[in-house]
Amino acid sequence: MSAILEEILAQALQELAAVHDLNELDKVRVQYLGKKGLFTLQMKELGSLDPDQRRSAGQIINQAKDQFQQQLEACKAQLEDIALSQRLASERIDVSLPGRGQSVAGLHPVTTTLRRISKIFASVGFKVVEGPEIEDDYHNFEALNIPESHPARAMHDTFYFDAHTVLRTHTSPVQIRTMESEKPPLKVIAPGRVYRCDSDITHTPMFHQVEGFLVDTDVSFADLKGVVYEFLRAFFEKDIQVRFRPSYFPFTEPSAEVDIECVMCDGKGCRVCSQTGWLEVMGCGMIHPEVFKAVNIDSEHYSGFAFGMGVERLAMLRYGINDLRLFFENDLKFLEQFN
Amino acid sequence: MQISEAWLRSYVNPEISTEILVEQLTMAGLEIDSVNPAAAKFSGVVVGQVISMHQHPDADRLRVCMVAVGEAEPLQIVCGASNVRVGLKIPAALCGAVLPGEFKIKKSKLRGEESFGMLCSEKELGLATDANGLMELADDAPVGVDIRDYLALNDAIIEVDLTPNRADCLCVEGLAREVAVLNKMDWLPTQVINAPISHQDVLTVSVEATDACPRYLGRLIKEVNAKAITPLWMQERLRRSGLRSLGPLVDVTNYVMLELGQPLHVFDAEKLAGGITVRWANADESVALLNNQVIKLDNEALIIADDKQALALAGIMGGADSAVNDETRSVFLECAYFAPHAIAGKARRFGLHTDSSHRFERGVDATLQTRAIERATQLLIDIAGGGAGPITEVTTTAALPQREAVLLRRLRIEKTLGIALADEQVIDIFQRLGMTVQTQTDGWQISPPGFRFDIAIEADLIEEIARIYGYNNLPSSSLLMRSELSTATEAVLDIDRVKDLLVDRGYQEAITYSFVDEEIQKTVAPETDVIRLKNPISSELAVMRTTLWCGLLKAALYNTNRQQNRVRLFESGLCFNKIDGETQQQKMLAGLVLGDAYSEQWGETSRKVDFFDIKADIQALFSLTGCEVQYLSAQQSALHPGQTAEIIASDGKKIGWLGMLHPNLEKQLGFDTPVFLFELDQNLVLNKLIPVFKALSKYPSVRRDLALIVKEDVTASEVINCIKSSAETALQEVIIFDIYRGKGVEEGSKSIALSLIMQDDTQTLTDSEIEAIVGRLLTLLNNEKNAKLRD
Repeated sequence: MSAILEEILAQALQELAAVHDLNELDKVRVQYLGKKGLFTLQMKELGSLDPDQRRSAGQIINQAKDQFQQQLEACKAQLEDIALSQRLASERIDVSLPGRGQSVAGLHPVTTTLRRISKIFASVGFKVVEGPEIEDDYHNFEALNIPESHPARAMHDTFYFDAHTVLRTHTSPVQIRTMESEKPPLKVIAPGRVYRCDSDITHTPMFHQVEGFLVDTDVSFADLKGVVYEFLRAFFEKDIQVRFRPSYFPFTEPSAEVDIECVMCDGKGCRVCSQTGWLEVMGCGMIHPEVFKAVNIDSEHYSGFAFGMGVERLAMLRYGINDLRLFFENDLKFLEQFN
Repeated sequence: MQISEAWLRSYVNPEISTEILVEQLTMAGLEIDSVNPAAAKFSGVVVGQVISMHQHPDADRLRVCMVAVGEAEPLQIVCGASNVRVGLKIPAALCGAVLPGEFKIKKSKLRGEESFGMLCSEKELGLATDANGLMELADDAPVGVDIRDYLALNDAIIEVDLTPNRADCLCVEGLAREVAVLNKMDWLPTQVINAPISHQDVLTVSVEATDACPRYLGRLIKEVNAKAITPLWMQERLRRSGLRSLGPLVDVTNYVMLELGQPLHVFDAEKLAGGITVRWANADESVALLNNQVIKLDNEALIIADDKQALALAGIMGGADSAVNDETRSVFLECAYFAPHAIAGKARRFGLHTDSSHRFERGVDATLQTRAIERATQLLIDIAGGGAGPITEVTTTAALPQREAVLLRRLRIEKTLGIALADEQVIDIFQRLGMTVQTQTDGWQISPPGFRFDIAIEADLIEEIARIYGYNNLPSSSLLMRSELSTATEAVLDIDRVKDLLVDRGYQEAITYSFVDEEIQKTVAPETDVIRLKNPISSELAVMRTTLWCGLLKAALYNTNRQQNRVRLFESGLCFNKIDGETQQQKMLAGLVLGDAYSEQWGETSRKVDFFDIKADIQALFSLTGCEVQYLSAQQSALHPGQTAEIIASDGKKIGWLGMLHPNLEKQLGFDTPVFLFELDQNLVLNKLIPVFKALSKYPSVRRDLALIVKEDVTASEVINCIKSSAETALQEVIIFDIYRGKGVEEGSKSIALSLIMQDDTQTLTDSEIEAIVGRLLTLLNNEKNAKLRD
């Protein structure tokens, strides 16, 4: 190896050793291996030698160049390692800090409850139907076998607009409207707002009901019992006790109130169930022949059942809410609990 | 209605506990609301009699009494009651007695005089809420007997919540009948012995309103002693039914009503002028009622009148002018059957609800009147003496309820209840219910008794079977119903999806009342006609909302008043408008946002929400449906004139509004920060485009950026629409990436920087083709919007 070459290599290795970062390293690489690099120039000078000399001299230059290149690669790897660990160290974050951006809110617990009810019934083919909230006297009362002077009207504290127009007191008018426009077989649930002129700790002037009904040939009270049992067990996700009590609604006969074992105390008796162990959750019955008559359905051929339940009541039992009025104050601190 | 359990058990006494009895009734459809002891817990009180007494030497108001209590020696007891007197029988609490409220009686000294007990009032025994002196017991009360036994206080008061169809159980006999049926026992109705006729005086009775009053019975009972004391047993039964004793004449009518279910009325016969007429009132008449209310009558009010004036609201309440009192010597006893349709709703019209109207409007047994008037006569004469005259009866048979047999078909039972019952079982149930059963080939003809006026059709009979058989003994079947596949409508988006989107974008769902304060309604929508409730619950809930903003603004205020400085709410529901006299009920979706754009967090600098934050939410919502909408600058009285967009569908339909609450309203309503609102017609929002596939281009897309100078009044959407209106098929997308005003752009103009994304389906676009497209677009923009390329 010529003295010059040795000098170049020694200088190159020395410079490599002094390199601090990849930028400097690249400069050193260019200085020795670039187009005008010192090793490259050496190679170019080979042209002036005779062929024999050229070969051995070339080998020597290549050896020196390889030696430098090896050192360069090693140096590069080392610098890259350092750079990576520096980056990793500098990019360290506190992953426990919260994420950025818009927060997610939630549905009103009444909507959540309505959705669950609808989902359960939709799974066996019930269709969701809605109706008007300002309703005429005929659909809210007359067609449901509640004539003008019927004592049952006193059970509905009705909001009136005029003698014939009311805010619907229940979702049952949807039953009439549906049966007027569609023919059996019918499997319908009708959720929605209803209104009663009553306001105290256990009543709000507006609340929600879900009406359900099924009309077909050969529908019996046994089918009603089956549907109600299955629904309540699905809703509360529990094999709860259910009982049927004779009751009275002008638009069903036989009529029943449905009680479930108190979900607060498992039927042992508590304040919520007035120590009875039972909670009234819905009214139901076989659709009254007079109702079928009003919508021109032959009650000799068809039969059906209907049921109605208070959504807030079910939501209160499900989530342990103790004050009905909270539903309509829309306090974010209340609503956000159901997100 | 509430009734004494002991009274009920005096008719039929099954060997079951009160708890089981109550359960039985509830499960038979006669819901028991509560069971309460007839008297509060107390002990150690006996019947006592004052033998002698003298004035307390040191206290004007106290007497020192010697009281016989059934022991060898009378006890000395000091008493301060004003009605204490020698011979009086009273409840005496002995030493060791415990009165209601854990009040223990001990031997004590009152101003130096020893007292070995206490003489009690009704209040002190928990039998009344107030009392005026000692409780006076009957002269024949047996001294020394425990007062609880003597008054039969170990009894329960059962409160029955009866459904309107079971008015037959609004009396103790009715309940006894049911208890007997449920326990398969016999029971004995009250024995009624007709009173001997002791005089022949009568009042003429004429019934003009025969449909309303098919039967009217009346009789004169003379020389009664209105000051007689109602016997204790009757007082106690009345008390346990929640009725106060008002003297024997009224007590007897109330008692018979509770016993048999027939309301009666007594008139003071000496206050009547001439005969009795049952008729509809005239428009110019009025009547002063027993409760001192003076009522203006009209021809829909059924009245009892004499020859001079209206005396009473028939079947509802008697009048003050003909009322009995302590001085009454002679009464006219009325016992009528008023048809439900004649009474129903009438009491409510006058703001009244009485025990009598409650029964008549639900129905009374039309065959009961003779028995009831005889029973009342018997009790009245027993208690108050006097002599009865003959009964005057006016009955219009044709107007009486027709009691026809109802056909019950065997197959119908199974069809309705899902269970086949043996014939004997069916017959047994109806016979126990007092019905006459006539067997036919396919079923039975069943004749209900007079008191079961609710039985009119086959379904009524089937309900009776179910009730007596027991609802919980009936089968329950699993859903075996025809099912059809439902359609999966794709052209209408499910509102649930939209709600979920809003929730995911940080909106909390609210549910507000559909009726609102007229004040806020007028503020928010001053030009809209409102639909007003006739009987609102309060002035704050008096008109139907025409916009969901009323409720949302109120809910937002509720929260800002409770230290919430960031509110994002939405609601979905009906709004109510009067359009051309027609009520429109439109489903709307609205939202409200105020405060910080993001909840407080470490990584973003906090800033207030602005128009474009809400617009992004609305755009996200429309991206669900794929429908193009326009946001046009517009005016809406509730919104800021410069920050209001009306949202228009591609077919020109108005979908709704988006904007900032007008600063005047912001201040007026009490907000201290800008409020942004949107409201959309829900049905229009949910229109969804069903996607149509378009082949993907294999060729690269290119982007060209342009900066256009336009006048300030040219909106961004106008520029975009102009570009989109061109016929350039290669143009795929236009994006605005900057708006610039200031140096280099003359006053009154702005620079809109946009990029055009171009791609052809059949080839790679060449530079010259691209330049040609851009050139054509610039010409179009220049012609239409006077837009120039920025230098």
